[in-house]
Amino acid sequence: MSGEYAVHIENLSVHYGQTPAIMGVCLDVSDGEYLGIIGPNGGGKSTLLKAILGLIPISSGNISIYGGNAHKNRSLVGYVPQFAVLNRKFPISLLEVVLTGHLKQGLSPFFRYSSKDEESVHALLERVGIESLANRQISELSGGEFQKMLIARALATNPKLLLLDEPTASVDAASRDQIYGLLAELNKNMTIILVTHDLLAVSSQVTRLACLNGQLVYHGEPELTEKVVNNLYSCPVDLIAHGVPHRVLRDHGEE
Amino acid sequence: MIKALFEYQFLQNAFLSGILASIVCGIIGVIIVEKKLVMMSGGIAHTSYGGIGLGYLMGFEPIIGAFLFSACAALGIGYIKRKGGTHSDVVIGLFWSLGMALGILFIFLMPGYPPDLSSYLFGSILSVTKADLYLMISLTVIIMFVIIALFNDWKAYLFDEEFATIRGIKTAFLEYLLLVLIAMTVVVLIRVVGIILVLALLTAPAAAAGMLTSNLKKRMIYSVILGMIFCISGLWISYVINIASGAAIVILSVICYFLIYMIRSIRRGLEQKKVATENERP
Repeated sequence: MSGEYAVHIENLSVHYGQTPAIMGVCLDVSDGEYLGIIGPNGGGKSTLLKAILGLIPISSGNISIYGGNAHKNRSLVGYVPQFAVLNRKFPISLLEVVLTGHLKQGLSPFFRYSSKDEESVHALLERVGIESLANRQISELSGGEFQKMLIARALATNPKLLLLDEPTASVDAASRDQIYGLLAELNKNMTIILVTHDLLAVSSQVTRLACLNGQLVYHGEPELTEKVVNNLYSCPVDLIAHGVPHRVLRDHGEE
Repeated sequence: MIKALFEYQFLQNAFLSGILASIVCGIIGVIIVEKKLVMMSGGIAHTSYGGIGLGYLMGFEPIIGAFLFSACAALGIGYIKRKGGTHSDVVIGLFWSLGMALGILFIFLMPGYPPDLSSYLFGSILSVTKADLYLMISLTVIIMFVIIALFNDWKAYLFDEEFATIRGIKTAFLEYLLLVLIAMTVVVLIRVVGIILVLALLTAPAAAAGMLTSNLKKRMIYSVILGMIFCISGLWISYVINIASGAAIVILSVICYFLIYMIRSIRRGLEQKKVATENERP
């Protein structure tokens, strides 16, 4: 059955020490789907992505990617991490970062990128709109340019499934729109799972929506109803910190 | 000093060991600074004191003991950090003091008069022997080979370890390898600046080079050059005014780091002022 899905998650639980981060999550993502995952801070969104990628040990349950073992099929997955976790002053150029998507598995002594690798990276940079910045050091990039670079690096691995962890956080409105436009275009050829706090945009972008707050609170059509939001965020004040308070506060009758 | 350099073997050894120390500091120092492993390197360096004490007690070359202890400390700290369950600074602190305590204990257990360990603690570049030099050359060649051979893998690992793991790069192996390389570097540096002062030479050239360029390869090259300037100038100063060589090298390194920092800050301030003035013009 799981072979029909890009991602098939059965009864997944993850703990950090004694603290549960995700409890009993069952989630199927169809091939070609564009799934948005929302939820409060600490709700387990990033943990879910890391569990899919095999970066953290799971307490119980099962995850498969395209019908196979998640760890084995990890090469089918492209990953765009939260950029806050990366060292933005690291001495490396944009081109060098994206080229790392072409590194071989294991260790490759004296490995040099081929001219074909460089050509394909330049084509990718052009596609995401940062070709002119190829030789710029990452410390000189804006938030939006940095995020596009991370998307290009994920695409360089030629993935069937793209996981993005808050790609529009700390990004200006124009860059955010460009990123959403790019993801919509990419979704024509690949499955996308997008973790975001951007409640206003997510409904109009994704084809399915999952709401996570330790447990899967909702999984279905992307329309955000008052009932869904109420179930997800017990405290409406929480949402102010997420940057999109107005609509939700109105939904709660607080404004 | 140049005339004396051609005349005396000990000065030639000192000169060559300064060059070797600068090479390993330049390469590994940049990684340590970028990966924020400065305190871990301090822990590895200080643990080596136990090996020096054991070497004296058991009658083998103390520097070999230093390498064994620092390599074990590197792997031990790395393993516990990777497995989680405790803060890495706690583990570093424990290894740090355990190594020093074992060194003191082993020296205490030695029959007869205790040896003078100040050359290991504070360095004595002028007392570097041919055997020390051969060990330093071997370790420097190994460190350079490992870094150059896997340069692209290192770059991916240092920038984003998670992504490198997803790409299937053996990041756990690279982490342990890096820690062993740090242990090797510490051994190369012990005879030059000593266990206590290792951190300054590991960080000052790399951090100063970080202010001069934002390219990883160039940063390593600049760091090697700065290390050479600090080591050779420090050696010259210690020779001329007859002071401890390790201390002279470290003090010079730290002063140069702050000088570069100040010059950079003043330059930045002037540039910002210039931009502000230009923006104010109608």
